[in-house]
Amino acid sequence: MTAALLEVDAVTKRFGGFVALSEVSLTVRSGERLGIIGPNGSGKTTLINCICGSLHSDGGTIGFDGIDVTRLAAYRRTRLGIARSFQVPRPFSSMTLAENVAVPLEYVAHRQSLHGADVSAGARSILAQMGLADKADAPTGSLTQVDLRKLELARAMAVGPRLLILDEVMAGLSSVEVDEMLDIILGLSRQGVTIMMIEHIMRAIMRFSERVVCMDAGRVMADGPPDHIVQDPDVQRIYLGD
Amino acid sequence: MKRWTGFIVGAIAMLVVALLLVRVVGNEYFFFAGYVVLQFIVLATAWNILGGYAGYVNFGSGAFFAAGAYTAVALIKAFAAPLPLQLIAAAILTGLMGFAIGAMTLRLRGIFFSIATVAIAVICETIVLNWGFVGGARGATVLQPAAPVFFASYTRMLFVAMTLLAVLAVALARYIEISWIGRGLRAICDNEEAAESVGVPTLKLKLFAATVSGALMGIAGAPFPLYMNFIEPTSAFSLNYAVSALAMPIIGGTASWAGPVIGAILLGSVQQIVTVTMSSELNVLVLGLLLVAFVVAAPEGILGLARKLSRKAGSR
Repeated sequence: MTAALLEVDAVTKRFGGFVALSEVSLTVRSGERLGIIGPNGSGKTTLINCICGSLHSDGGTIGFDGIDVTRLAAYRRTRLGIARSFQVPRPFSSMTLAENVAVPLEYVAHRQSLHGADVSAGARSILAQMGLADKADAPTGSLTQVDLRKLELARAMAVGPRLLILDEVMAGLSSVEVDEMLDIILGLSRQGVTIMMIEHIMRAIMRFSERVVCMDAGRVMADGPPDHIVQDPDVQRIYLGD
Repeated sequence: MKRWTGFIVGAIAMLVVALLLVRVVGNEYFFFAGYVVLQFIVLATAWNILGGYAGYVNFGSGAFFAAGAYTAVALIKAFAAPLPLQLIAAAILTGLMGFAIGAMTLRLRGIFFSIATVAIAVICETIVLNWGFVGGARGATVLQPAAPVFFASYTRMLFVAMTLLAVLAVALARYIEISWIGRGLRAICDNEEAAESVGVPTLKLKLFAATVSGALMGIAGAPFPLYMNFIEPTSAFSLNYAVSALAMPIIGGTASWAGPVIGAILLGSVQQIVTVTMSSELNVLVLGLLLVAFVVAAPEGILGLARKLSRKAGSR
């Protein structure tokens, strides 16, 4: 049993009177592949935003590698090793792909040693890992949906993360493309990166996850191995109705 | 270092040309008009550091410009301070102004900073209008000192000084643009949340840009009282500065340091020509029409237009 990398303890987030997260607790072990499922509006993305620092939680604590990050600015959490992708890809549209990846390299990985050549070569090697090597100098406007998702992944990986959080990186992709993305993501996991993946595509969740958490209405409803989760009566009720 | 060789050679050439012109050209008006164009290069470059690179629009450039000018007036009246001291004091004051407005509004995204800059213009003008020491609404007369050696007139010296300031301002903007700071600012401009998520300290960078931008605007305004010999609030806080400061980079192209320079030279010259040949009221109209035309037809400015054309020519 390896130590916990991420410890979310009783995190609550309210938007006005609406409780988006209600005392959510969750632990992610180092090296784990965790899938998160749940209907729309169940608080999955809000949870990610709280973990990454885009939103500040109203209660509870978030610990990363033994450090309390609950009040840290998002960029500081990134520098500690938490990276994320966005549900709707958010490329830096005025830049080429290589420049997109160069931003995290300059601000996180190579912060101590700023050498132009290193950054450019580093960006290209990360893009190559995602199969985007030949598009390194293209503007982001020319990319297809899959490539935009891969760019999100490349940019997140350029941070040199220990925890990678993926927010529906496969939504809207074809079945072949889903497999392609899964192969890349499983490859990252083999390199030792801990990965949390939000996804609606059950096939992907089942193939990816060692453990699955199901959320509903701002709470964790079920937590266990994938085949247990799909058998769970609560989970079936949420997805299929009574 | 290689990336700077050409730029430094160009900058030194500019200064040498300015010094030569001062000795060669007889017509005093040339320097009077040239100073204005150079002043706009500084102002437009300053605006672009925050407005162009980071995408935070400052509508209050006139307030920063005037704050720089009135800092100079106050120092002249109080201690007969020399020009370099006026410049440094103006830079510090308007830099702090930029930082303070930024600290209050840049935590929020979007338009809040812009709204605050409009307010600061009104606040500064009200303060100056009611501050008798710097002339209040009547304005203040500032006498030019005797022309220093080498220069036939004080205006010619100011022309060279403004050339130096313009070169320094552009060099600073260029440094920011091609360094990691510039890449971070561009990331903020493209998508702030994504920038923060890949480790860019967005608030710190925005505050840095607001401070540098403000300081340079103050520097653009500091020599103004000595140049005009007279200053009064209505002209110092003129809408023309606020509009020019954003119109010039937008027309030239905000993506690179060359954009504001091109915009300032082009619009500054057009404004001078229109002022002399037609009327000084018309020049604001010309500026407005050009701005509308560019925003509609070439939103990336002259630089963007040139890039598009060269790409088309290349693909043919």
